[in-house]
Amino acid sequence: MIDPPIAMLAELTHRCPLACPYCSNPQELTAKEEELDTENWVDVFEQAARLGVLQLHLSGGEPASRRDLLELVVAARKAGLYTNLITSGVGLTPKKLEDLDNAGLDHIQLSIQGINAQIADRIGGYKGGFDRKMHIADHIAARAIPLTLNAVMHRENINDLVATMDMAERLGARRIEVACVQFHGWALQNRTALQPTRAQVDRAKDIIKAESEKRMGRLVIDFVPPDYYSDFPKACMGGWGSTGLNVTPNGTVLPCHAAETIPTLTFANVKESSLSEIWYHGSAFNAYRGTDWMPALCQTCTRRDIDFGGCRCQAMALLGDPDAVDPVCKKSPDRPVVDRLVTVESDGLAESNLIYRRM
Amino acid sequence: MTPEAIPFLPRGVRTHFDAVRNTPVLLGPERVLMLDQIGDAVLKEVDGESSLDAISARLAAAYDAPQADIVEDVCEYLEDLVNKGLVGLRHD
Repeated sequence: MIDPPIAMLAELTHRCPLACPYCSNPQELTAKEEELDTENWVDVFEQAARLGVLQLHLSGGEPASRRDLLELVVAARKAGLYTNLITSGVGLTPKKLEDLDNAGLDHIQLSIQGINAQIADRIGGYKGGFDRKMHIADHIAARAIPLTLNAVMHRENINDLVATMDMAERLGARRIEVACVQFHGWALQNRTALQPTRAQVDRAKDIIKAESEKRMGRLVIDFVPPDYYSDFPKACMGGWGSTGLNVTPNGTVLPCHAAETIPTLTFANVKESSLSEIWYHGSAFNAYRGTDWMPALCQTCTRRDIDFGGCRCQAMALLGDPDAVDPVCKKSPDRPVVDRLVTVESDGLAESNLIYRRM
Repeated sequence: MTPEAIPFLPRGVRTHFDAVRNTPVLLGPERVLMLDQIGDAVLKEVDGESSLDAISARLAAAYDAPQADIVEDVCEYLEDLVNKGLVGLRHD
């Protein structure tokens, strides 16, 4: 019995003014000419709603790079979807914001690259980006559009955790996602520069605990721990093909945003198949759905239905084998691979030359 | 939470009937809550004008139960949502 999906991430475009070195987009970015057009996307939103999707995340790249963003938000709301805009804020204007607000946009998730212009513009690779973001944040607050701040944390900024939460409250956010960088996409090749140290992670966990209590009722804090330091793997996507799906700028439908790194999988496109056909019968979605695919170690594990076998893209990235036990798991025979990486890369001595995400 | 407090759904949080799963849901930022009968009954009364007391009185009448019990249930249910940022509280 396959349940319908709850959430869909629509990566409207890979175009983005920022160049964050931890971008979750793939190394091979899709050009503007290959993007789905307005009509395609509207059809995908309507199909998603009929399939059972309740929440739509409009993402990218920078979704504001799409000239038809307003039309897409109107269509998404008309389809009955809870519509969330995931944006850097750069590319939005007060006028565009007003139009999106009037169109019924439910929520904005604003990414921040740092607590001041110096840090943020270095990480975003875009001079003046911080100031533009703060300008639009003021307008978001003035319109009282529900706001979540999304802060990707890594070695350079994890010590600014408290200041980052203060900033969220100052900007009127009711929620903050403090997500330690996940090593997929561009982050993978910047791992040496971004991996926090063990001491940083321990301190961050204490801070999160204390601040969550202190700010209860004012700010909801969702923390994504750095999984190389965890004993058990993350429950990727809440289980492969169980709750969510991603549509890339050219219409390829993925079980998670990094799934294209697994070379044994083939992916269907909304231009050729219906979303429903892809969700229920697509080979990529069924490849790691449920528990039958799992190695014996996971199948017999008491955490089988908690971790869902961890992250397939991580097994691929670190071991070259998407079918292996997630090497983050302390029960994995390959856990020493992760331990070695953490020891070698997080001593803080490594040169932090950032490789920026560019098209 | 005091009985005089007035609960409301803040902007960005709304109820929705999920026709595919045939169930009422509460939608918020990165949150989907499938509502059971109790949740649905309580949230239907959250109109941004009625106090916890008034809500409990209506539910007590509708379900023929002692209001003291209902008030406790309503507060407990809503407190969890307040902590998750899905319900706001006003004190007029």
